[in-house]
Amino acid sequence: MKPSNLTRWIILGVVGLVFAFPILAMVEFTFRDGLSGAHTLDHWTGLFSEDAARTYRNLFTAIGNSLLLAVVTVGIVLVILLPTMILVHLQFPRLKRVLEFICIIPITVPAIVLVVGLAPVYGVVVKVFGGSVWTLAFAYGITVLPYAYRAIQSNLDAVDVVTLSEAGRTLRADWGRVLWFVLLPNLKRGVLAASFISVAVVLGEFTIASLLNRVNLQTALLQVSQSDPYVAIIFALLALLFAFVLLLSIGRLGRTRRTGSES
Amino acid sequence: MTVANAPVLVSGVAQAEPGRHPIGEPAGPAKRSPAGLAKYLGLAPFAVYVVIFLAIPTVLAIVTGFFTEDGSFTFANIAGLFDPLVLATFASSFWVSAITAVVGSVVGALVCYALLGTRAGGALRSFIDSASSVLAQFGGVMLAFAFIAAIGSQSLVTLWLKDTLGVDIYADGVWLYQPAGLLVVYTYFQVPLMIITFLPALEGLKTQWAEANATLGGTRFTYWTRIAFPVLAPSFFGSLLLLFANAFSSYATAAALVSQGSPIVPLQIRAALVSETVLGRENMAGALALGMVVVMVVVMWGYSVLQARTSRWQK
Repeated sequence: MKPSNLTRWIILGVVGLVFAFPILAMVEFTFRDGLSGAHTLDHWTGLFSEDAARTYRNLFTAIGNSLLLAVVTVGIVLVILLPTMILVHLQFPRLKRVLEFICIIPITVPAIVLVVGLAPVYGVVVKVFGGSVWTLAFAYGITVLPYAYRAIQSNLDAVDVVTLSEAGRTLRADWGRVLWFVLLPNLKRGVLAASFISVAVVLGEFTIASLLNRVNLQTALLQVSQSDPYVAIIFALLALLFAFVLLLSIGRLGRTRRTGSES
Repeated sequence: MTVANAPVLVSGVAQAEPGRHPIGEPAGPAKRSPAGLAKYLGLAPFAVYVVIFLAIPTVLAIVTGFFTEDGSFTFANIAGLFDPLVLATFASSFWVSAITAVVGSVVGALVCYALLGTRAGGALRSFIDSASSVLAQFGGVMLAFAFIAAIGSQSLVTLWLKDTLGVDIYADGVWLYQPAGLLVVYTYFQVPLMIITFLPALEGLKTQWAEANATLGGTRFTYWTRIAFPVLAPSFFGSLLLLFANAFSSYATAAALVSQGSPIVPLQIRAALVSETVLGRENMAGALALGMVVVMVVVMWGYSVLQARTSRWQK
C-alpha cells in the first residue's frame, strides 16, 4: 500500500521545507552585516585572516579537545567494547542479553542524570590520571555504548563468526591471528560504523563537558556565541555538516541491515 | 540461525583439545583457545570499565539524594521533590515531552509513510537517514542556534512578519527562550527520531498482507484499519514513548536556549549542581536525578514491552 507519487512528494516537500528552514536561516545569518540588514562575507573571510588563530584561539583549542576526545572514545570502543562483544558472541552466548541490557542502559540513565554521579567519580579520576581533557573520554565511552553496540551487533549477527573462527583455528592460527586476519576484516563495516557514529556523538556532546567544567567544541560554541554569534554559527554549521558526512559514509559502507531488525 | 546454533558450536569449541586438531602438531592450550580462567579474564576490562563509569555514577546519582552533605541519611531531599515548585517543573517537563512526542510521532510517521516504496539504499533514503540521525541525536546546542537564527527576534522572518504584515510573533514576550520555545525546537529533533525508529516497522508490512486483503475483497480502508494499524500500533506507541524519553532527558538544547530560571527538570539539575543548594537543600541534584530515573525507567519499560510485541511481526 504505497503512497501515490503526488502524496509522497507533498509530504516530503512540506516537511522538508520546514526542516530546511532553520538550517538555511543559519546560513543566511553567517552573511549578516550586524543589524544593518545588509550582507557581507566578512565573517567567513575573517576565519582566514592573519590574526584569526589568535582571536579564536579558545575555539580552536576546543575543537582540538573534541577531536582528541573522539579519538580516545573510539579507542575505548575498539579496545574494550569490541573484543568483549566478540568474546561474548563466541564463548558466552548466554551473556548476550546481559551485554545488550548493559549497553542500552545509557538511554534510560541519560547524561544529565549520569553527570550527577560522574562528578564524584571524576574527583578520583583526576587524582589518578590528572586533569587532562582526554579523561572525559571515559564518560563518553559510556555515552556512545548504545550506538556503538547496535552498529557492531548488527554486523556480528550478519556474519557467521563462530564458523569463521573455527576455520581459522583449524588452520592453526592462534586467537590473535583469528581476530586480526579473519574476524576483523569481516566486521569492518560494523566497526567503522561504530567508530563514525561515536565520533559524531562526541563532537555533539555538551551535557557532561559543560557540567564537569571541561572545554569541548559545544561548550566553546555556546561561549563564543555570546561575543561572536556569527563565528559560533559558522562552526555549528560546519560541525553539523561534518556529522552528516560521517553518517552518510556509514550508509556508503554498504549495509546488510535486514528490514525490521533494527529498532 | 547463527544465534540458535551458537551454544552447540561454542560448547564444541570449549571442549576442543589441542590434540584433536587434524592438522599439525598441538600448540600450547593457552595459545589455542582462551580456555578456562583466561576467557573469563577477557570479560574483565569491560566489566571494570562499566562498573566504574556506568554503575557507580548511576548509583551515586540516585543515592546522593538520600544523604546530606556531611553524609548523614535524610529524606529531606526526596521530600523536596514534592515541593510545589519542583512538582511544577516535573509537570512542565512532562508536558513539553508529551506534546513534542505526539506531534513528532505523527509527523514522523507521515514521513515514513511517504518513504514507503523508495529504494532503501537510494540517494533520497541515504540523505534522509543521515540528516535524521544528525538532527535527532547530535544537534544539541547547535539546534538552539538554528532557531535563534530562524525565528529569533532579529531573524529575517520575524522582522518581515513585523514590518510587512504587522504581525509581531513576540508581542507577548520572547517565548522562544521559554518552555513554549522548547516545544518548537524539541519537535524539530523529535520528528527525525521518529523517522529513524518507525521506518523499519513500517517497512516490515508485508506485501502479502495487502494481497490477502485484496483477495478477500478488502479495500484500501480495510487494509489500513484491520491490518496495518493493529500490526503497527505497538511499534508506533513504542516509538512515541522513546520520543517522550528523548525529550524528557534532553539537556543541551534547553541549556543553550533558556536564559532565565529552570523551567524543566534537567535545567533544575544544572541549577542544583552549580549552586549546590536549591530550595535551601543540599544534594538536591541527587533527588532530582532519582525523580528523572523513575520516570525514565517506567517509560523505557513500556517501550521494551511494546518493542517485544513489535518484533513478533518482524520475524
